[in-house]
Amino acid sequence: MRPSSKQILARILHVSVHIGSLLPIVWLFLAIPQGRLGGDPVQELTHFLGKGAIHLLYLSLCVTPLAKALKMGQLIRLRRPLGLWCFAYATLHFAVWITLDLQFYWSLIGEEIVERNYLLVGFLAWLILLALAITSIPRIMRAMKNRWKKLHNWVYLVAVLAPIHFLWSVKSGIIEPGIYLAIAFFLLWLRRDRLLKPIRSLVPLKG
Amino acid sequence: MSKLIIKSKSRHSLSENDVTPEEVFKDRRAILKAMGMGAVGAGLAGGTAPALAQGFFDSLFGQDEGPERKVRTGKPLDFENLQSPKPDLKLTPEIKAITYNNFYEFGTQKTDPAMNSKDFQVKPWTLEIGGEVEKPTTVDVWELINSADLEERIYRFRCVEAWSMNIPWIGIELNKLLSKVKPTSKAKYVAFQTLYDPEQMPGQKSRYLGGGIDYPYVEGLRIDEAMHPLALMVVGMYGKTLPPQNGAPLRLMTPWKYGFKSIKSIVKIDLVEKMPPTTWNILAPHEYGFYANVNPKVDHPRWSQASERHIGEGAIARRQPTLMFNGYEEEVASLYKGMDLRKWY
Repeated sequence: MRPSSKQILARILHVSVHIGSLLPIVWLFLAIPQGRLGGDPVQELTHFLGKGAIHLLYLSLCVTPLAKALKMGQLIRLRRPLGLWCFAYATLHFAVWITLDLQFYWSLIGEEIVERNYLLVGFLAWLILLALAITSIPRIMRAMKNRWKKLHNWVYLVAVLAPIHFLWSVKSGIIEPGIYLAIAFFLLWLRRDRLLKPIRSLVPLKG
Repeated sequence: MSKLIIKSKSRHSLSENDVTPEEVFKDRRAILKAMGMGAVGAGLAGGTAPALAQGFFDSLFGQDEGPERKVRTGKPLDFENLQSPKPDLKLTPEIKAITYNNFYEFGTQKTDPAMNSKDFQVKPWTLEIGGEVEKPTTVDVWELINSADLEERIYRFRCVEAWSMNIPWIGIELNKLLSKVKPTSKAKYVAFQTLYDPEQMPGQKSRYLGGGIDYPYVEGLRIDEAMHPLALMVVGMYGKTLPPQNGAPLRLMTPWKYGFKSIKSIVKIDLVEKMPPTTWNILAPHEYGFYANVNPKVDHPRWSQASERHIGEGAIARRQPTLMFNGYEEEVASLYKGMDLRKWY
């Protein structure tokens, strides 16, 4: 059977996700020695990777509403590569902080994560992403059955934690992180019925 | 403070008309060299190594020398090196010091000021000194630069964001400037103000670009801090006048304080009786105090101040411990005798 045009489109998008996620990392490798990230590339690099992770996360959260609106079930499969690339960016973001910024001062790294709220929030978000990435291994996915979906609902928490981490980290200029936070709430609002269900079942409504 | 003075004319005298038009730094190549990329070529051939390395990187990354990659530097200055003993500090490469800047008037990214200040007009420039003084004065800054006995000082520079550089500044002691106007007994503090010109400073025009700060930028010192011989009115760096991104034509340098105290492109100095408002303190009073002395024992609420990333040679800054008063404890600690530095951060 020949693939339908929707299937072909989904496949093209699938490949685009991989290329689109990989290219910026290749660009970084070329741009840093050229001094394009400035005299001290660490801060720019950290921001670039952190924002990249948020972009990929939000793209992955656009998939389900889009698939529903366009009646294209094939799109759902894009969530996996988007989610894994988001984890890759978040991990690189964290790794740059450990290796290039704090430079393996483990005592300082530990202290900072515990003492600074914005780092704690970022770390929590990364831990959740780690759990989601590990459970994306097909065998584990199958073994988890219904629990998989429950676990992966935690992504909604990450969607809010990540921009809070950003907002809290900046010295001034809260507009940009504010926009990310607004997008997060919009993406959650699209799912309001499902997200509010457990709360509604607990609180009996009058009427 | 015992000061052994060695006089050494570092430049031949230049009148303003003699100097060549302002130099531009070819950003990319210089950065390559500064980042130690020259080492790649060094193994190939001794003398022409940098050229070879540049050729190697050009062929690898292609040519890109459009005008937008050029960075403004200043004109050569006439100064004397009066600092002695010379501090044992390895200088930050000039290209890094002039392309990694916090000057939100030109944008909040570190690379923004060098990019967005290329056409910044620094001539003419007048500085008003007034307030509680006997002789309020309007200073023609370029006349000052050309007539004052300028000296070079190599200072540590420590940003509140926990990075640092070692920079050769050129200027005159602030106390020399202030004593000319004869402060009265009411002059307890000194208030400084940056130029307000939204047409030239895009960060002042747009709240988004300017990081949500209310401009003009204002800073202040206690009078005894301002009179301290380490407090320098800076007009140049690396042997040249200041480039716009570093606060041309006139900025403050108080090396024992976090960098945000060292206000740039100053147009007004007022001697006042009460502690003046300061920009970062207005924005986040629990994070940035009036004193802002470098102190490894008092953390910023959101990050440790115990260590810093030192931006020197090499592609990646290395972490080093932060020194009390940024290494100037011996000179300035007496200014704060009996003060709780945890309270007066």
